[in-house]
Order: sequence, then C-alpha cells, then structure tokens
Amino acid sequence: MLNDKYYNRRYVITIVVTMIVMVYIGKLFSLQILDETTKNKAESNALLKQTISPSRGLIYDRNGKLLVLNQPIYEVSMIIQEMGKTFDTLGFCNALSIDTATFRQRMQEIQNRKKNRGYSRYTPQTFLSQLSKEEITPLQETLYKFPGIDIRKQTRRDYTYNAAAQILGSVGEVTQQEIDKNAYYATGDYTGKSGIERTYEVQLRGEKGVEIWMRDSRGRIQGKYKDGEMDEPAKQGKDITLTIDIELQKVAEELLNGKIGSMVAIAPKTGEVLAMASSPTWNPSLLVGRARSKNYQALLHDPTKPLLNRATQAQYSPGSTFKTVQALIALQEGAINSQTRYICNGRSSQPIRCTHSHGTQIDVINALEQSCNPYFYCAFRDLLEQGGYGEKNEHFKENYNRWRDYVMSFGFGQRFADSDISEQSSGNIPTTAFYDRYYGKKSWRALTIRSLSIGQGEILVTPLQLANMTAAIANEGYYVSPHLCKTDSLLEHRHTIDIDKKHFQLVKQGMQQVMEEGSSKWYKIEGIEIGGKTGTTQNGKDNKDHALFVGMAPMDAPEIVVAVIVENAGFGATWAAPIGSMIIEQYLKGKIERTYLYDHIAKTIINPDVKKR
Amino acid sequence: MSRNDNILKTIDWLTIAMFVAIMLFGWMNIYGASYNFEQTSIFDFGNRAGKQFVWILTALLMGGIILLIDSKVYNILAYIIYGIWIVVLIVTPILASDIKGSLSWIKLGPVSLQPAEFAKCFTALALAKYMGQYEYRIRDYKDLVVPGLLIMIPMFIIMVLQKETGSALVFLSFLLMFYREGMTGYVLLLGAAAICFFVLAIKLNVTTLPIGVGSASITVCMLAILLIDVYFIATKTKKPVTTWIFIAMNTISFGVALLINQWTPVDLGLVATITTGISSLYLLIISIKQKLRSIAFLMVFNILTGAYCYSCNFMFNNILRQHQRTRIEVLLGLKEDLSGAGYNVNQSKIAIGSGGVTGKGFLQGTQTKLKFVPEQDTDFIFCTVGEEWGFIGSAGLLILYLSLIMRLIHLAEKQKRQFNRIYGYCVAGILIFHLVINIGMVLGLLPVIGIPLPLFSYGGSSLWGFSILLFIFLKLDADGKVS
Repeated sequence: MLNDKYYNRRYVITIVVTMIVMVYIGKLFSLQILDETTKNKAESNALLKQTISPSRGLIYDRNGKLLVLNQPIYEVSMIIQEMGKTFDTLGFCNALSIDTATFRQRMQEIQNRKKNRGYSRYTPQTFLSQLSKEEITPLQETLYKFPGIDIRKQTRRDYTYNAAAQILGSVGEVTQQEIDKNAYYATGDYTGKSGIERTYEVQLRGEKGVEIWMRDSRGRIQGKYKDGEMDEPAKQGKDITLTIDIELQKVAEELLNGKIGSMVAIAPKTGEVLAMASSPTWNPSLLVGRARSKNYQALLHDPTKPLLNRATQAQYSPGSTFKTVQALIALQEGAINSQTRYICNGRSSQPIRCTHSHGTQIDVINALEQSCNPYFYCAFRDLLEQGGYGEKNEHFKENYNRWRDYVMSFGFGQRFADSDISEQSSGNIPTTAFYDRYYGKKSWRALTIRSLSIGQGEILVTPLQLANMTAAIANEGYYVSPHLCKTDSLLEHRHTIDIDKKHFQLVKQGMQQVMEEGSSKWYKIEGIEIGGKTGTTQNGKDNKDHALFVGMAPMDAPEIVVAVIVENAGFGATWAAPIGSMIIEQYLKGKIERTYLYDHIAKTIINPDVKKR
Repeated sequence: MSRNDNILKTIDWLTIAMFVAIMLFGWMNIYGASYNFEQTSIFDFGNRAGKQFVWILTALLMGGIILLIDSKVYNILAYIIYGIWIVVLIVTPILASDIKGSLSWIKLGPVSLQPAEFAKCFTALALAKYMGQYEYRIRDYKDLVVPGLLIMIPMFIIMVLQKETGSALVFLSFLLMFYREGMTGYVLLLGAAAICFFVLAIKLNVTTLPIGVGSASITVCMLAILLIDVYFIATKTKKPVTTWIFIAMNTISFGVALLINQWTPVDLGLVATITTGISSLYLLIISIKQKLRSIAFLMVFNILTGAYCYSCNFMFNNILRQHQRTRIEVLLGLKEDLSGAGYNVNQSKIAIGSGGVTGKGFLQGTQTKLKFVPEQDTDFIFCTVGEEWGFIGSAGLLILYLSLIMRLIHLAEKQKRQFNRIYGYCVAGILIFHLVINIGMVLGLLPVIGIPLPLFSYGGSSLWGFSILLFIFLKLDADGKVS
C-alpha cells in the first residue's frame, strides 16, 4: 500500500457516492411504495398523446364569394388486439364494400413492420382513409358489431367553382423530405403543394392541438389526463381573401377554352391580380381525395402540360407589345422626342421590314399605332449609339446597360420577390456578358441585336410580367408587385420607374390610337375608352405565330390592365385582342354585351390536343 | 506454474462476478424492453436482446484476451494509444453519418461503433502514466496543466466536432481522481457552487424582492460571495480587526441602501454588486499589506464569480441549445411540458412507480411495451427495471452498482504502484459519473443528458468500452499481486 497524506479522501468519496445512491433509493421508495398516485395509475397510467388536426382556412374571392371549403371525410382505424378471434371479417368487408382479398392484403400491409414502422397490436392503425360520407354510412350504422374498429373524421378540400385551379393550387400528403425539413409535420399530415395553398400554408393550416388521454395497461382509453387540463386545442387555420374576381376568372378560362395560352388581369393601382388564367387547366376537385394521385399522374403526363402555370411560368418573346417600353426609354434618354420621325419603306425596309402599310415619316404615336418595326429599330439604334461606340465599345455597352436597367425596372428579367405568387419564372433580359460570350467582346453592336428593338430575339418575358408592365404604364411610372391575397402590407411594395410622366402620357395616347385606328380597332368597347397594343411573335419556321395583347381601361384612370397570350394562334389582333377586350368589358361592366363575339372565341378550338377537364 | 494458472488465482473474482451479474441482468431487461408479447426468443439475432448477447460474448472474449496480455504494455504504450485515439476521434465526424444530429458513429460493416466510448479508457491510461511518474505530486495548479489538457482535448473534440454533449461531460469524472491524488477540494466545491449559482440564476429570474427591487439571483449570489469572503478572511488573517472592518463596511453600505430605499427604490442587485466590488478592493489592500496570497486569490474569486453570475442568464439563453434549455426548465419546474422533454421523464416516472414493491414480473411490464418510454432499452433502461422488478429489483441494482464501485475503490487503494491506483480511480470515477447522471435523469432529479447505464444499456460500443476499462484494471491488479 502506498502511503500518502490523502489516503483519508477515499472515505470522503465513498461517503458522498453512498449518500447519492441513498437519495436515489429514497426517491425510488417514494415513487414505488409511498406515492399512492403513481400506484393508482397502475391501471390507467399510460398517457396517449393524440394530435388534433385543425381544419384548414377557407378561401374567398375579392367579392367575398367562397371558393374553397372543407368537406368531412372519414378514416377507418383498427386496434388489432381488440378485434379478437371472432371478428366478423365478411360483415366488415360488406359494410365497406370491399372484398376479403383486399382486406387480407391491407392487413398484411399494416402488419409489415418494414412498411409500417409504427405498427403495434395495441395502437390504432389506419385501415382505410379518405372515405366519403356515403361510403362510411353502412359501417357507421353497424359499428357496434366490430370491436376494435374506430371511425375518425377528417376534412378534405372542396371547391365551389370549377376554376382557378393553378391559382389555388392543391393540398396533398407531406413527403418524407418535407417532414425532415420541418418539424411541424408528421406522416399523414397534409400540406399545400402548389399555388395559394403552398404560399399561405402557415396561415391556412392553423396549428395542431394535442389531447392527452390515459390508457390502461392494455392500451384501452380510460379518460382525459387531468380532465383535459393539459390539452391544447387546435387552432383553426386563418381564412384568406383573394384579389381574384371569380366571375372574371371563369370568363377568362372559358375564352381560353380549346387554346394553349394564358391571361393576366391586374388592378394597376394596387397590384391586385383580378384574374389569372392558364390553359389548359383542370377542375380543382380532381386533385382531392383518393383519386388525387391517379389524376395527378394524368395531368403530369399530359403533353399539353396543364400543370405548368403559363401565366407565370411560361416565357415568351413580348414582340410588339414591348414597343411601348422601347418608346418610353428612348424618350426618357433623349434618343427621340415626340416629334422625331423616321422613314419607313414598308416591306422593303432594312434591316427590319415593316409588316404594316402606312404613311412614312411618322412620329412615335403613329409608330405605336401602326406598330412600325423600322421606327423602333431606328430609335433603339440611336439610343444605343448615343455618344458613339467608344474605344472598346464602352459607350455602347454603357448605353446598353442603362437600357437594360430601365427594362428591369418594369419588373422584367426577375421574379417578383415580394409577391405571394408561388410559381414564377424570371424571364430573361440578356446581359452584355451574354453577348460578349456569344459574339465576342467587340463584335456586336446595335445592328447585331436589332431584334430586341421589336421585342424579339433573346428577350423573354412571362405574361405576368407583361401585365405588370402595362400596369406600370397605366400608373404612369410605378407598379405594385402583383399579388393574389388581399393583404394591405403588399400595397407598400411600390416600385417606381425613373421615366417622366409626360412620356407615359404619350405612350398611352399611342395605345389608345391602336384601339381607335390601329390593329385592334374592331374590339372597341361601347362607352369605355380603351388602350392596347398587340403583338405577333415569330416562333420558329414551322410553327404558327403566338398572338399577344396588352390593354388597359378606362384611359383616364385605368382600373384594369390585361395581358393575353394565345400560343400558335396567328395575329395578335385576331385572337389575343378580342379576349383582352372582353375581359375588360366583363370587369368594368359586369357582363359581356358582345355575346356573338364571346361565343365565337370561346367555341373556337385552336389546339385540338387541349382537353377539357 | 504457467502464467495462466497465475492469473486464475490472482484475478479478483468478486469484481468479475458483479460485472457479469450486471451485464446479464441488463441483457434480460433489454429483452423485456423490446419484448412485444408476441416476440421471439431472447437469442434471436434479429432483435436487440439477441444482438446484445453477441456484444456480451465478445466483451467477455475481449476481457479474456486483456487478461492474457502483460500489463506492462499499458504503461509503455499509454501515450501512443492516447495519441492514436485522438486522431481517430478527429477523423470520426468526417466519416460518420449524421444520427440525430450527432456525428460520433462509425459504421464498420454490419456494426456501428462510437469511438468516444473508448476514449475514456485511453485517456485514463495516459493520465495514469503522467501522474504516476516517480515524484509527481499535485502541489499547485501548475501540476494539473498537463493532466487537464489530456482531458480537455478529447472532451473538446467530442463536444464540438462530434456534437455528443453527454459523452463529453463524462470526462469531468476524472476530477474525482484528481481529488484523490491531492487536488484541493475547493475545486469540487467551486464546481458545485457554480451549478448552484446557475440554478439560482435561472430559477430566481425575478426582479421583485421582499425588501425592494433588483435581480433576485444577483443579490443572492453577491451576498453568498460576501459570506464566503468573511469566512476566509476570518480564517486566514491574523488580525481580527480586518474581519470586523470588512463586516462593518458591508453592513453600512447595505444599511444606507435600505435606508434610501425607504424613499426612492434602489436596485438592490446593483447595490450588492457595488458593495462586492468595494469589498474586493479592500481584499486587494489587505493582501498587499498583510502579504497574504490566499486573500489575493479570494479577490480573484470574487471577480470571477461575480462575472459568472452576470453571465449565467446569458449563457442559458444564448449558448445552450433549445432542447437543453427545455430540459433544464422542466427539471427546475419552470415549465410543464408533457408533450416534449417533460413527457419522457413523466412517462419514465410513471413506469417506475407502477412497479410497486415487487414489480410486475419479468416481461410483464406494460409501460415500456407500449412504447411510452423513449430510449427504453438504452438511456432509459432503468424504467424497465423499475416496472418489472419493482423497488426490490431497482434498489438492489443500485446497491450492486454501489458495491462494484466500493470494490474498485478498495482495490485501487491496495495498489502498490501509483499508476495502478490512479487508473483504478479513473475507472471508479467514470462508473460513478455514469450511474449518478443516468439514474438521476431517469428519476427526474437531473436534466436529461443522454448517457447510458454502464454495462446495462443496449449498445456494443458502451459495453465494450466499459469491459476494456474494467479488465485492464483487473489485469493491473492481478499482476500487482504477483510481483
């Protein structure tokens, strides 16, 4: 034995450890022998936490019409231990209208621990879910015959209108990835998968509650723990009011029937989206309940891509509708003024020919009215060549970048980050770097990128961005990011454009001329002054042109702007302008008086592949 | 006589008997915890009990091998093994896959191992080698720098890189061995005081006092500091007048503050802090005048403790992670959280309580079967013991552990070499720490810290780690008797 002066410390250590163990034994004594409450709990001492799902918030349109509500559905669950040996399988199957083979297969799936990790004979296992009231009634009436079987009520989405499927989006079961990412979700929960349901998921879903039940040693429920004192009630989801006018939405979807295309209508002062249609579309009720996955697969594999929200995700060349922005930038930068005139040689113009016949030496208002291509090429060239090209094209590139900044300030080339529209594409306004790469640093000039002047070439926009551009023109210098939910805070998201009001007024005058004298003069609305601009964009050699239209009304204080695109339809003036005109009429007058025109457009099938769902 | 005969005679069979008894009892309870009323044999390798059986056999085999190795290698190779294992610990998080936020598991074919479980053993060896050197004594703190580093390095790696707070805290158990080897007991008291202050700071997080306003925790802590000061001044200084001046100073300053408090509210926490500050200055003066080093240390203690008090709430709110905060709040009764951290402990207490005096009998427990208790065959295995074996079984198990610990301390004290004794105390310390923390957690007396019940919980790494730890000591002990 080693001698040292700290030898006595072994006793300190031993005593302290012994004391701690004695405290523990004392605690055990009090828990297991003294504490009557835990002993009494010997029969009903297990707590069962049951999650209470809140019902999802409802969705209304801007006029308070109910669009989306909840409908009760039923789930059949079973506690296998309680079913016993004498369970009437046949009667159970009959009550649910299933055959015994399905029953056996389902039982195997439930008892397979690899597939169903939470399996236990003593806890409720889901047997069938998403049953309607009609499907559950026979079982409900004879439930007393089947021990261990329980029916639980849940809700699912129901839709009052067959419209606005892309805007509303759908609700589906959470995936494992979503569970891993967000601790709120558990297997079997539902979450917004797209559209408004996804953007406003947190508000709509509410908050889950918890009920704590006591169970006996065999898992049977004995009552609420502490008489429900510890329960937390579920918080119902918040209702949401959309900016959408559902009647306008329906009209828009009917007008796009049989066509591939989209339409966006915005209230320019507030940025509220009044209607946003994308065709082909589907009945929102298809993506609900047990048929959801089958219908979803059908939509996913449809070659016309109905799941793509063309209004916000499809990207097109804006074509002549873009001339409005070109005119504004050229005016602001002093490349042209209201009196500037350029020569147009009609079809023999160089380098871009004109597709319309009109007088020559025209000013900017006339050029907009006649959609004169050479005019806008010349204006664009003069804008980019202000101050010459410079030693290394630096003046030119500086001018180009300034032009690009103006274009971006209209909301092009980017997603609306402060918007609640969940699916958006950014479009594309090419950078100098892109052209440097493509052509070489010094090898491109105004002539090279002339297509941009008339909204063709590398420039890509979404219909939503086009409508927003029109709103900015209507407002004479600002836009509020387009949004779908009536939330006041979004009104603060005002983006101003650095262009003088007088230039906007000039362009608006030009747009009004279009509707008075130009390409769309056939689609005037009685009693309403309307402004617009059509576009017809080339789309490869073998494909028919896309038809585009942007418009606003009434001209003195615009309340609605629209953007319409019909794919492979031909002239903008023939297909897109009438749709835009009727949308404006419906919104401002509450009805469409030109029923002949309405029927004609709504019944015309341009793309026979488009299915009505 | 061959070496093998030797070892059979010199080995401490009592320790081995207790070791095997705990392990087998653990095995039965693992079977009980995962038993499902319809399950298969205890030897079925598909379930946890079957796997644990394999771990037990391999652990015994390992123990046998250790008994055959000459114990001199541990002294010779201690630093090298330690060094290699530090590298293994550093590499682990790189190779490990994330299991519930922890990066401490390495997959080797069909089994996952946790290198941190073996690090304790190898750290103990390195400590024994350094502190077992001839002439090594703990005289002052400088002698503890190297041993401190030997502990802190693996602790840091496990806590920060592998994110295993529980396994890292186990390294604090070596303080017990330091204490036995002569480290001043004040360090342990200081640690206990730090925990008390922390609990006070969290629990007394109010600003109204019976006699005025001010942070309750700060006021109480400062008063405690001043009391400690009085005790030390009275014992260290040779002039009684110094003590009286100190007491008078503080009484006057508090008296004035309370007097002012009659007319206008004074922040008593602030007053206490300022008084402590002035007192510290006074301590500095005494220490210089009377040339007392210990009083200078007392001043440093004042400042550090004061700063610590102020930082407790900050540490609690900003350094601890949310789940750790909740566990502590639940334990201190600040929060009833039956759906989260409180749920586990509540269920665990109910399960134990339902066992009564004699328990429900082997495999008859229902709480654990219905999966109400989480981690029921690892960290919370003691619930199963409580439920199925009752007070007799669970108290008996605690006594068994206590006996094993006493036996280890007894053996350690009998050693002729310092190396052996230090290592023995490390083993005892680790066992004590695991036992106290794990059972305290299950009984709801300590916050939930995830460390296993030694030799009992399901898990190969833990079982192997403890077996190696223990058998090395048994071999050291056996060889000590021969030579």
